[in-house]
Amino acid sequence: MKLYCLSSDASKPCFVLSFKELLIMLDCGLSAHSVLNFLPLPPVPSTRLASLPNYTPPHVNDPLLEGELKECCGRVFVDSIPEFCPPLDKVVDFSQLDVILISNYTCMMALPFITEETGFKGQVYATEPTLQIGRFYLEELSEWVSSCGSSSGAAKRWKELVHLLPPPLALAARPRAWRRLFSAAALARALSRVRVVGYDERVDIYGALDATAVSSGFCLGSANWVLRSAHEKVAYVSGSSTLTTHPRPINQAALRGADLLVLAALTQTPAHNPDHMLGDLCVHATVTLRAGGSVLCPVYPSGVLYDLLECLSAHLEGAGLAHVPLYVVSPVADSSLAYSNILAEWVSVGKQARVYLPEEPFPHAALVRAGRLKHARSLHDDAFSADFRQPCVVFCGHPSLRFGAAVHLVELWANNPAHAIIFTEPDFPYAEALAPFQPLSMKAFHCPIDTSLNYSQANKLVRELRPRELALPEQYAGGGARPHISADAPTVVVRRGAARSLSVRRRAARATLCGALAARATPRELRAGLRAAPLSAALRVRDARLELVAPPGPAPAPAPRLHWNALDVEALVRALTREGVTEARVEASADGCIVHLPRHDTLVHVERHATHVFCEGRADVRQALRRAIASCLPHI
Amino acid sequence: MPEIKITPLGAGQDVGRSCILLSMGGKNIMLDCGMHMGYNDERRFPDFSYIVPEGPITSQIDCVIISHFHLDHCGALPYMSEMVGYTGPIYMTHPTKAIAPILLEDMRKVAVERKGESNFFTSQMIKDCIKKVTAVTLHQSVMVDNELEIKAYYAGHVLGAAMFWIRVGSQSVVYTGDYNMTPDRHLGAAWIDKCRPDLLISESTYATTIRDSKRCRERDFLKKVHECVEKGGKVLIPVFALGRAQELCILLETYWERMNLKYPVYFALGLTEKANNYYKMFITWTNQKIRKTFVQRNMFDFKHIKPFDKSYIDNPGAMVVFATPGMLHAGLSLNIFKKWAPYEQNMLIMPGFCVQGTVGHKILNGAKKIEFENRQVVEVKMAVEYMSFSAHADAKGIMQLIQYCEPKNVLLVHGEAQKMEFLKDKIEKEFKISCYMPANGETAIINTPTKIPIDVSLRLLKAEAVRYNAQPPDPKRRRVVHGVLCVKDNRLSFLDIDEICDEIGINRHVIRFTSTVRFDDPGSAVKTAEKLKTLLAEKLQGWSITISDGNISVESVLIKVEGDDDNTKSIYVSWTNQDEDLGSYILGLLQSMVQ
Ligand SMILES: [Zn+2]
Repeated sequence: MKLYCLSSDASKPCFVLSFKELLIMLDCGLSAHSVLNFLPLPPVPSTRLASLPNYTPPHVNDPLLEGELKECCGRVFVDSIPEFCPPLDKVVDFSQLDVILISNYTCMMALPFITEETGFKGQVYATEPTLQIGRFYLEELSEWVSSCGSSSGAAKRWKELVHLLPPPLALAARPRAWRRLFSAAALARALSRVRVVGYDERVDIYGALDATAVSSGFCLGSANWVLRSAHEKVAYVSGSSTLTTHPRPINQAALRGADLLVLAALTQTPAHNPDHMLGDLCVHATVTLRAGGSVLCPVYPSGVLYDLLECLSAHLEGAGLAHVPLYVVSPVADSSLAYSNILAEWVSVGKQARVYLPEEPFPHAALVRAGRLKHARSLHDDAFSADFRQPCVVFCGHPSLRFGAAVHLVELWANNPAHAIIFTEPDFPYAEALAPFQPLSMKAFHCPIDTSLNYSQANKLVRELRPRELALPEQYAGGGARPHISADAPTVVVRRGAARSLSVRRRAARATLCGALAARATPRELRAGLRAAPLSAALRVRDARLELVAPPGPAPAPAPRLHWNALDVEALVRALTREGVTEARVEASADGCIVHLPRHDTLVHVERHATHVFCEGRADVRQALRRAIASCLPHI
Repeated sequence: MPEIKITPLGAGQDVGRSCILLSMGGKNIMLDCGMHMGYNDERRFPDFSYIVPEGPITSQIDCVIISHFHLDHCGALPYMSEMVGYTGPIYMTHPTKAIAPILLEDMRKVAVERKGESNFFTSQMIKDCIKKVTAVTLHQSVMVDNELEIKAYYAGHVLGAAMFWIRVGSQSVVYTGDYNMTPDRHLGAAWIDKCRPDLLISESTYATTIRDSKRCRERDFLKKVHECVEKGGKVLIPVFALGRAQELCILLETYWERMNLKYPVYFALGLTEKANNYYKMFITWTNQKIRKTFVQRNMFDFKHIKPFDKSYIDNPGAMVVFATPGMLHAGLSLNIFKKWAPYEQNMLIMPGFCVQGTVGHKILNGAKKIEFENRQVVEVKMAVEYMSFSAHADAKGIMQLIQYCEPKNVLLVHGEAQKMEFLKDKIEKEFKISCYMPANGETAIINTPTKIPIDVSLRLLKAEAVRYNAQPPDPKRRRVVHGVLCVKDNRLSFLDIDEICDEIGINRHVIRFTSTVRFDDPGSAVKTAEKLKTLLAEKLQGWSITISDGNISVESVLIKVEGDDDNTKSIYVSWTNQDEDLGSYILGLLQSMVQ
């Protein structure tokens, strides 16, 4: 068994496990940090961004670089369609992948990079909410990135000159591996490959093993994967939460006692308690709104958004601000809000109880009916702009502030100190996100809400799960005083581009033995608690499952298959005499002795662990010899 | 040989009170716990005293599985859990868990408040009962205990209906509950994978029917309703609150819209909105089309269909009314029927099956006068139409399901004996498998092959695979593995000889035999060997024969040729003791060849 690591971003993991001659990809996360190096793409033209000065590194005169770099707020940005960092494609041939298992919708954004135009022929498995919400994320991203500024070509030259550029651009990780986002068509094709599974549904992987998605408690439909053959168990724990929020709680029991535990996607903000952050957010929003300012929350179109809506609406109501409108702006806002309310089977017990009434599990449907919550595809949606009232709270993407409606709103509100922007998504450092919008007068608050396991929760979980071996991305292995994962089990540390062998070894395969064949064997006790018998079985393979059945024809007479210990030559001579084979002459040899049977043209070489009969006589003599030798040795 | 035992306590050669006991591998499972709508006495509930005449029932039943919310499948559950005292696990899908208590409460009210029955379960009992239910999702593998596993498959029929696959050790059974193999306007078709159970327990309500196309039936239905209201008649459609009602509402709604009709359509249930809400919440259980479009337009928001008020019964003029319950055995549908039946211009459309003993059943059998308990007699002059809209599989659908899941035996329940007989014949002929149809209280015993789990050494398998793959592909070739069966701590393994020696801690003693055949064949020894190989290959078809450096191997028997170019050659044949049969056979073969 081998584990390959294809992503350098531990919270957007991508591993490949080779197991039982299968290549299994675990998640295909897309690292989006790279987009922070690009200039924002405003959905509405911005004169400020359009009139930025070009940047040229000192002492460089390269016409190819012309217009690729711009200076903005004292920093250098790439003026091009933003690029992303997909999983490494050089270590594993994607056309050889058998299966991709996806743990949750934040860890599947690179799917089209893996499955489209790579010769990929395998299966992709995810839960229904993962597929649907992942689709919302991807479609939103694709629409924003493709709809803005597609006129400008992709800047390339700067990547050759990275070493000459000022930081942070000079420090950008592997810019040559960055890629433009896939087309909408490639995205649709990739998503159409996904096969939907339920929690605790055992998916048969080519008859070689079972894969089961078990609830991970992190978000709607989020799963950890358990791979199981008759003898081995691998648990892949990615994006898990032991906190109580809206999804189904984590199923720990299913992960226990694995031969290998692969751990990924822990919290990105270990220093921030998500509950406190949610409380802070409500307070900041209330203060801002009371003072007549509006609040912008750059968010993804699903996930924590549901919690934000639920909490904030209740908090505002308590603060006497129930009249403040809440807006969700996203190309997928309507679908995302509607969809969340039909996922009764994927939510916490508390939310499920509401469905039995029957009421929607999330309150946002009621907020929409009451007119407090409004959603729009985009900012220039007529229905939206006609209705737009301030002060208000706007939830929209993208959290990187490089594309999407949020870019326009920051541009619009940046100079007004009454407004506030509150960052909740943990994927991007907020100061970096805001860099091209400086100087900023609007207030900025950082309330990251990442419910994924923190280090102490993860350490506790690993202790309880007691895996035989643990595999981690290097970021979690620690060193020095940094928080890290430490376990009693042998730990394998992986990093991007590396492959590590694991100690799980297979010795046996599971089969079924048919009753008729079992009845033919009469096992004898060979030592206390162990019985054995020789057996010849016909092998039948159906749907990759092994069956041992009785070979056709009548049962053969039991014949000994295995003899052991040394042969006592004197006993052999006596046995031969009983068989009527007489006149044996024994003589010592280098390794033992030789029994001559001159009348039968036969020699028997007897050594400690072997007897070799050179028999030129009749077949019945050989049979007599067989019986005689067998009678002198223990056998089955 | 291990057995599977099935005893129907209801639904054995009968439609109306599904409750089937299944025993295998030491586990006892109750499949559905329904009540009979045609009875008002103790025959209404299954005879639980069959399971245990006296004393606690819990120790006799490992779990109860409910297939869907229809009362003939779950109506006796509160009785069993709250009055008989069953405290073990109960499984059903989420929508069933949500909707069943509402139907149970509805029925309880009719029985207790209208008919004044006593000794019936209370509202609180229904609530307590449902609290004990474990909800399952589709395809989730649920371990009831260490040995008993269950898994639900989509069954169509009604919202949340499921078929259940049940496994104990190597034995498995699929119980269909009620199912539908063709998608309808709001639900998808039943689906199951090739799970090859030892036994498939299938409903057979429409065992002999091959129903005409769904479209025809729908057109027919709409035409009849339209003709009746055009002449000023009233149309009564008795339905159950959830299920067919929603499908027919979608049908009428779209027709009314298209034809721009103004006749009032009423849905006479306190449940209307609530019922439709369940469909909205559990939209993932409806069909593809509804799921895809629900964000834009929810199919369960009806424009033309308004709630019904009792005072409308005597309103003049045309109208269409959907009323519960579906078999006209009580409640509002029966009240409306009593009022409207005596008039020729009116019409009754029965969209589903009616069990024996119900008013619906009598009317469908042509009764022109119905006498009620209070000696009230109602003449039936209204037109009566039976349209099979119940979403049950017809004969074709049942055969299809058998084809999908490839069971080794089939057992029919939930149907009428005569029709079952016909289907049983058809199944046995077409699939060459046994088919059973026990009556209530009768036990069917099905023998299943013994299959013992065993760990096979990979070394043994790899050695076999090398031998097998060395030969040209031939699907008929036997794949035989020789090894040692080892029993340790009650676990079986199949090892090669070296592994068993290691396991026991012994030194193997190898016994080898070598014999010589003399052969007059001038030329090089290698050439002679080639010649022999060709000869052997002809005689030993299906065996692996290889040659290298003039040494021939037939499986593990070695043949070596020695001798000078011009002289007689010595052919040595050598084999170990366990290859005696093959070794002596080859020796004999060579001896006869050289003569
Ligand atoms: Zn039914």
